[in-house]
Formats: sequence, C-alpha cells, structure tokens
Amino acid sequence: MTLAYPRVVPCGDSAIAVEFGARVDADINQRVIALDHAVRVAALPGVVECVPTYRSLLVHLDPLIAEHGKLSLTLARLAREARAGTTRGRRWRVPVVYGGDHGADLDDLAALHGLTPEKVVEIHTGSIYRVYMIGFVPGFTYLGGLDSRLATPRRNTPRTSIPGGSVSIGGAQSAIGSVPSPSGWHLIGRTPVLCFHPGRDPVFLFEAGDEITFERVHAGRWERLAARSEAGDIIAACESE
Amino acid sequence: MTGLRVIDCGSGTTVQDRGRFGLRRYGVSTSGTMDIDSAALANALTGNLPEMACIEFQMAGGRFVVEGGQAVMALSGPGCMLRIGGYSVPDGCSAKGEPGDVIEVGPVRGGVFAYLAAGGGFDLPGMMGSLSVHRRSGIGGRALAPGDLLPFKSPDRGKLSRSAPASAIAGPIRLVHGPQHDHFAAEALEFLSGSPFAVRPDSDRMACRLDGPPLLHKGEANIVSDGVLAGSIQVPGDGIPTILLRDCQTTGGYPKIATVISADLGRLAQVAPGGIVHFSSVTPEEAVDAARTAAKRLRERISAIRHVRTEPTTESLLGTNLVGGVTDGR
Repeated sequence: MTLAYPRVVPCGDSAIAVEFGARVDADINQRVIALDHAVRVAALPGVVECVPTYRSLLVHLDPLIAEHGKLSLTLARLAREARAGTTRGRRWRVPVVYGGDHGADLDDLAALHGLTPEKVVEIHTGSIYRVYMIGFVPGFTYLGGLDSRLATPRRNTPRTSIPGGSVSIGGAQSAIGSVPSPSGWHLIGRTPVLCFHPGRDPVFLFEAGDEITFERVHAGRWERLAARSEAGDIIAACESE
Repeated sequence: MTGLRVIDCGSGTTVQDRGRFGLRRYGVSTSGTMDIDSAALANALTGNLPEMACIEFQMAGGRFVVEGGQAVMALSGPGCMLRIGGYSVPDGCSAKGEPGDVIEVGPVRGGVFAYLAAGGGFDLPGMMGSLSVHRRSGIGGRALAPGDLLPFKSPDRGKLSRSAPASAIAGPIRLVHGPQHDHFAAEALEFLSGSPFAVRPDSDRMACRLDGPPLLHKGEANIVSDGVLAGSIQVPGDGIPTILLRDCQTTGGYPKIATVISADLGRLAQVAPGGIVHFSSVTPEEAVDAARTAAKRLRERISAIRHVRTEPTTESLLGTNLVGGVTDGR
C-alpha cells in the first residue's frame, strides 16, 4: 500500500479526511492542528466543520455545495503547507486533587512503577501537555506529553463509570475527563475544572492544540473550587499567546 | 399554554431536527432525524419548513392529548397510522387536532422511524443550536415520557395539506470505499458488495450492526483514533460491520472499510432488525450526484404538496384526484 503522507481520502460524499500519519506523534498532531487553522482561515465553500484528531483532520462537507475535486486539491495543498510549530494554542493551568477518593488508582499505579505516590504527582505536574484531540464524549480531552515513566497499560477491566473531571493515564497518554463515562484508564486525580459546562460561555474550555499544565491542590479546596466551577467560573488560569 | 401532552409512547421517542452542527470538534454528536425525507414531509404537510423539529418514533408509536388550543398535525414514515380524536387521518395528509383530542400514532409497521410534526413547530428551549436529543450524553434533553408537555410555538401558522403519493426507492445501499479499505483483505471488499447482510437487533440511533460474512482485516484491527461520520462502516476485530448513524460518536479507533452515501442513510435507517441489506460501490463523484438528486427529489415532493381549505376525510379523498383536486394552489 502507498503511504505517502499527507494523503487526502474521500469519506463518502459528506467528508474528506486528510491523514498526516498513522501514529500518535507530537509533530503529526501539530500539523493536523495547523491544517485545521488553515482550513478555518480559508473559509472554503461547503465545509461544515472540521474535527482535528491525533493524526488526521476530518473535514465535514455539505455535498450540495462542496466541489469534491477542487476541495481535495485545495486540502492537499494546505496539508503540504501545514507545518508543526506554526500555531500555538493557549496555555492552561489546571488544578488537580491527586489520590485518595479523587484518584483511586494513584497508589496502585505508583507501586506498579516502583515509585511513591508523591513522586508520581511530581512527575505528572512536571510536564507540559498538549491537547491532541477532544472526543469520545463531549469535552473529553486527550493529552500528549506524558512522561514515559508514567506510561501504563489500560486496566484489564474497564470501569463502567468514572466521575466527571477525572485526570487519568492510559498507555502513553493522559486525559482530562468531562462528563461521567466508562473508562479503562487509571484514575490518578480529579479536577474541579469543567471541560464542558452547557450553561457557561464558552461551553467547551479546551481546543485541540492548547497546552496544559497541572497544579496540585489540596483536597480541602475541592468543595469551594467545584462550587465556583459549577456556577460558571473558569477556575483554570489561562495564558493566551 | 397550548401543546401536546404525552399520554404514553415508546422508549425511543425523541424530539429531533436536522441536528447540532459545529461542535463535533468538541466530541458532540450531531444527532438529528434518522430519515430526513420523512421528517421533511411531515413538516411540509403542516406548513412548516422541512428542517423543523418533529417527534421521532422508533418502532413503537405513542398517544398524546392536545391541550389549550388547536393545531395542525401530520405523520410521515413507512407503514404508520395517525388517528386524531378517534378518526384516521389518510396517508399523506395533515389534519387539525382540537383541544382534548387524543393523537394516536400507531407502530411503524413498514420500517423503523416515523415523524409527527405540528404546524408552527414546538416551542422548546433546545441546546447549543438544536432541539435534537442525544440520549447517550443527555445533550438536548431525554426521550419523551408520560406527562411531558411539548408546547406549540405558532399553531396559527399550521396549514392543512395533502401530498401526492410517491413511489418508494429500491435498490442496494450505495457506499464509497475507504477511508481505510486498504486495511482489509481483498475478499472483504468483495463480500461487502456481493453478499446480503441482515440488520441485527442491537442496532439503534448510534449504529446499525450487520450479520453477514465477517470482513477480515489484513493486519491490526485497531487504528489510531480519527474522525467518523454518519455512514462510516467501522469493522472491529470480530469482523462485524457497524455502520455509524446520526447519534454516533465523533471519533473512532476501528478501520473504516467504506462509507455509506448520505442519500441512502435514511433508507438504511428504515430497515428493521432482521431485514436484508445489499450494498453496491460507487465513486465519490457518483455519491455527490446521488446527494444532489435526492435533494432535488425531496424539493419536488415538497413543492407538489397542496394546501387545502378543509380537512380531508377518507370519503372526500376517495372522490378526489390528489394532485388536481380542490386546492388553493399555494
């Protein structure tokens, strides 16, 4: 099979995928985000919306308006021009209560790696993460940039429901949960930040391409932070570019 | 307040419009009517714009009572039945419900989904730009339940109408190979277009699952997650093709052997569990042409709808040419 990336692939009549690779990779993801940005700026006729993912951009179309052939050529050109590192998202500082009731798997995960829970928290808060994509359930935020010392295979038995805001590790990735959902990832903490709040403007906090750092907060602060968050306050500090 | 009060209905009864767009990048499913044409016709028969929100019935029907004031109602879907105040409303017609009238929607006997529209629409708050309900996430609300009230928005705008009967479309469900057909063994693509598949009973608004010859992968049955859409045919490791539909998630981690074209999604959604589906492969250009042809056909069906001054009864229809009968021409 030919794998000359980037490749432009039709998905029926209502979408075109632009693939930059087949791996989870920071550079590939940054090119996806750069193309997402370029497509938005170009305001191409018939483009309904774009979904950036780890390795590809899915461009949703209205087949009654979009001209597939022309659009594929334009997307191929924009994809070749899309470079990693040309767009920088916002940087968020996200408060997390680690361990205890808020991170039921912290101790087990630490033991598995021969680390103390304290050390796991230190490593987890020491990295800068990048939002690779948002999906699975509304607002669920997949993060790249996990320190390889914390990479952990998923649980053999997924949980049928994890609390909203769970901060977890699955394989080589970390994530910030949004609404309660099933999950096979390891729960190391929980943030009172709501990635998704239907009554707030903005409804969704993070965008693919944003950077995230985690800040440890004590369990005693949970109630107040969670109450503010519920009320619609954005309790994650944001530095814009 | 005038509106429609639910007496009882099937558990899959929801409010749906064309769907919620622009938020798939945040993981929000579009939802929206499973059979766009049927919903558009129900709307048009009441004088509504085709994309307005309707009540969608899944297999089971329901009963409602009109409260507070009158409204024009119409039902559209394969093999379904509407009774208002005890009187059957003829196929392809709208009729007026008076306060206290019971609106009875029978089970969908010729397919899966049917749509009940109210002239002037429903006055519901909606969420993030749409009235569509996505039951899995709770976005847009939940399924209808006894006691719920659906307030009418502008019932005075409702118009009594009748449509000409239309011939049903038959033929295989068309698909475009890819985006990951190169992950499959060569015979998988042959099986897909050459074999009958049966719709499994665990199919729903999120996906239609099919029994048939397993579609085998060449290598890994997992890919790094990427974007999906209604029509994507995902094939997990068990080889059972799963066609994603309106309530589907926004990303998925299984290879997608093909994509059902948008023009055939409504027809696919109407195949009841146990029903047989055949597929045929078309080019992306043919898929676009099919979408445009289907849109044109729907526009023509809607423009053939005639508004009438008086409520049609079975007796009057028996003696009337549906197209050239007594109409006000608009």
